[in-house]
Amino acid sequence: MEAMYAFCVGVLTTCGFFLVLRGRTFTVVIGLTLLSYAVNLFLFASGRLKLDGAAVLGQSAEYSDPLPQALVLTAIVIGFAMTAFVVILAMRSRADQGNDHVDGQIPEQLTNLSASDKRNG
Amino acid sequence: MQHLPIYPILLPMLAAIFMLLPPLSNSITRHRVFAVLVMILLVITSAFLLLSSHQHGVQVYVLGGWQPPFGITLVADRLSTMMVLLTSVLGLCAQLYACAGDDKDGMFFHPLFMFQIMGINGAFLTGDVFNLFVFFEVLLIASYALLIHGGGKQKTKANVHYVILNLVGSSIFLFALGILYGTIGSLNIEDMANKVPLLGEHEQALAKTGGLLLLVVFGLKAAMLPLHFWLPKTYAAASAPVAALFAIMTKVGIYSILRVHTTIFGEDAGALASIVIPWLWPLGLLTIVMGAIGVLASPSLRLTSANLVVVSVGTLIVAIAMEREAATSAALYYMIHSTLVTGALFLIADLVSKQRGKAEDRYVIARQMPHAKVIGIAFFIAALVVIGMPPLSGFVGKILILQAAQGVTEMVWVWPVVLISSLVCLVAISRAGTTIFWRSAGEATGDVPIPPLKLIAVALLLCTSPLLVVFGSAVTDYTDLAASQLHDRTPLIESIIEGGDE
Repeated sequence: MEAMYAFCVGVLTTCGFFLVLRGRTFTVVIGLTLLSYAVNLFLFASGRLKLDGAAVLGQSAEYSDPLPQALVLTAIVIGFAMTAFVVILAMRSRADQGNDHVDGQIPEQLTNLSASDKRNG
Repeated sequence: MQHLPIYPILLPMLAAIFMLLPPLSNSITRHRVFAVLVMILLVITSAFLLLSSHQHGVQVYVLGGWQPPFGITLVADRLSTMMVLLTSVLGLCAQLYACAGDDKDGMFFHPLFMFQIMGINGAFLTGDVFNLFVFFEVLLIASYALLIHGGGKQKTKANVHYVILNLVGSSIFLFALGILYGTIGSLNIEDMANKVPLLGEHEQALAKTGGLLLLVVFGLKAAMLPLHFWLPKTYAAASAPVAALFAIMTKVGIYSILRVHTTIFGEDAGALASIVIPWLWPLGLLTIVMGAIGVLASPSLRLTSANLVVVSVGTLIVAIAMEREAATSAALYYMIHSTLVTGALFLIADLVSKQRGKAEDRYVIARQMPHAKVIGIAFFIAALVVIGMPPLSGFVGKILILQAAQGVTEMVWVWPVVLISSLVCLVAISRAGTTIFWRSAGEATGDVPIPPLKLIAVALLLCTSPLLVVFGSAVTDYTDLAASQLHDRTPLIESIIEGGDE
């Protein structure tokens, strides 16, 4: 279970960072979301993975650490608010700048390339 | 009085909420009066808190009665109360400036401003790393909104970078906290400091990773070298009072490095002692160099001020890297001085920009300013302070840091870098001043009045510098005590345990 879990967190983080490094706001927002998923899973695992362990005393033979669960809850709420904010900001930026590139302008090289692509195609 | 440590957080929070409700919600005048009154109250409260923690020792506030290390604590020691007072004073001045008109560009300036103050104060006062993260988020989300306040292409563009960078930073912060909780098993700073030396060999490697990841996050907030590229653009795009308030935001990062890496990973941390110091040395020195180059290359007064913030951050990091009490004390003095003066510089840049019409604050030849004399005097004083010329506080701050560097092996690097960067700043700022104030084409046309509130705000910020010199010995005595409190951890732990018994 641990290996599977670690693998999932790793894949999510890798994809998240890859997408954050892209040039368009949409992919960046998706990347940030993936990153926050990865972080939440990771935080949850910091209290060790345990089967059948309730976080409340007296509910099960073994109990699991409740603190990481509280932390994850906080992190989820904050992450959710931040995602909402960044989506609105991305839309505003699209409206203000006329494109959805994170720099507010599409790099010249790219536009030239796509223009020449069109000519060739 | 027992609840004093939480007032600097509660006051701005409640004030912000009240401002969103009737009868205050619809009138900018009422917002202004109320906000200024609250800020004055906050300055008084912070001063009281500082005095009481100075006289009666560290005050530990146990939130909700949940005893440490399980519950969240607020720790008001000399360092944190000093930072809270600094925030309040800077906040008051920035707000006075904003009341002269900048708060009308959009809705809800004052409530956002209050939330920002609340986040900053919380970050300084908290004694729990996860709570530090929460307050970071509070201050960040308020800063996102304040930065874009008023709207416009430039602001949106700067804000997109700022928000995305900080969201990635927050994720890294949480990764670091997860690692540290998984290995150390606690999030209370003092408790972590006690447990770090007891870690097993396998856990040490993980905890080291966590500690260094935290440095990345704090470095991003503080604008340390490879992570500082967001700062000049962001600060130059923000409206003047917001940029002035942001002068303290980089110091939140510096404070966190100081708090976390001196307390948890300090000299007593066994195998993990001083893990960040080898990184801080080169990064701090290179930050100064990059900042100085930035100052030279800046085409406008606002960008110059932003790059001066980078220089001051580098100087502070170098002082922290020396890892000795004298240097920390010098860093604290320099921190007070540099925060207030960079705040003043952003405000002056805005005054200049309003006076020069289309030329704004760019270094181009334009018509004479209608009120060149007043602004010129303010600029001259601010320039003296920020470059570090005698007799003002910048000089004292730099001397203290250079003195503290004596006997450290890296002194051969510190002295030349700090001194040459000062020279570079001197050259760049003299050029800026001569272009803006002396090399004018044609007489002034029309009169652009300066609102008296703006002048008062700038004057208040500038007069702190001579005060820091006149009361220099009192201030350095205080920073000495604060530094020794930070480095010598035993009294703090005892008082937290005592706080737990109550």
